[in-house]
Amino acid sequence: MKVVILGCSRVGALLATELFSKGDEVSVIDQDPGSLKRLGRDFDGKAFLGIGIDEGALKKAEIEKAEVFIAVTNDDNTNLMAAQLVREKFKTPKIFLRVYDPKRAEAFKELGLNIICPTIDTAKKIEKFLSEKA
Amino acid sequence: MYVIIVGGGQVGHSLARLLMAEKHEVLLVEKDPARYSKLSEEFGESVILGDGAELDTLMDMGANRADVLVAVTGMDQDNLVICQMAKILYLIPKTIARVNDPKNEEIFQSLGVDATVSSTRIIGSLIEEKIDAGMFIPLLALKGGEVEIFQTQLSSDSTLIDKKISKLTLPQNCIIIAALRENQIIIPKGDTILKENDTIITLVGKDAKDTFKKLFL
Repeated sequence: MKVVILGCSRVGALLATELFSKGDEVSVIDQDPGSLKRLGRDFDGKAFLGIGIDEGALKKAEIEKAEVFIAVTNDDNTNLMAAQLVREKFKTPKIFLRVYDPKRAEAFKELGLNIICPTIDTAKKIEKFLSEKA
Repeated sequence: MYVIIVGGGQVGHSLARLLMAEKHEVLLVEKDPARYSKLSEEFGESVILGDGAELDTLMDMGANRADVLVAVTGMDQDNLVICQMAKILYLIPKTIARVNDPKNEEIFQSLGVDATVSSTRIIGSLIEEKIDAGMFIPLLALKGGEVEIFQTQLSSDSTLIDKKISKLTLPQNCIIIAALRENQIIIPKGDTILKENDTIITLVGKDAKDTFKKLFL
């Protein structure tokens, strides 16, 4: 399976290395060469320097062949724009993205995007622990 | 009209001034505190500190009663998301985004932004037009360049002058929307006659652009 990951954040790098070790074909895009170092030595997929809201960078990372696109930069708006750009232009079958701001996450879920909101998830998990203890 | 402008840089600042002079109700939104305090010296309560993509800011702005929202920050992804949030949550009738990378014009419009303005593109075509014809000034590009508004001054040998507009053979998808003569603005009708030195404003479709230019040369 071909996967393109935008943003070599902690979660981006973790996903990239995990998926790569399972045998997936992985391309990672980040605008910061320092972040790409997170991939480590064992990662033998492809890493590209560039911004993800740019069609050129996405094409270089072979988005046209990808089955999955994951947008996990640290900027909500970049993830939202990249995911929608990829959906419109390249019709990639599976798209996932991270949005920290719960309100923004809720609003954009209306547009049918697969949004993961770590803020909501963390709060829910903690609440659950608390209610279990009580 | 109530207009919200997000982004208090050069573009937002001048736009706010311009619209206020025309007696519109304007609210400027800036997220950088230093820039905000400078702007508030000039605009007072008409500027607020906040991130235009956040729901709380949108609420503070009174987004529910806005007629137009214009997002003119320097980041395309921010301008897009701000316009989309305004549409999804507040059904703002008209959103306009500045597009810093002209390549993004098309995608913005397919994602629901009503109009895009790309200064890079306008300046680019200004330079191009200068070399090209010497007298076509592109004022505005709509629908990602599908339709453009041009300003042109009519010379003495123009084929358009001294004839009724209804007798002119203009290409399809091309309408003369106004003529400026001295200090007068003329909205042309079929029997209007254009004169030498009139400045005319024309709406031209992409496919009609070449034919349109030839008419004036």
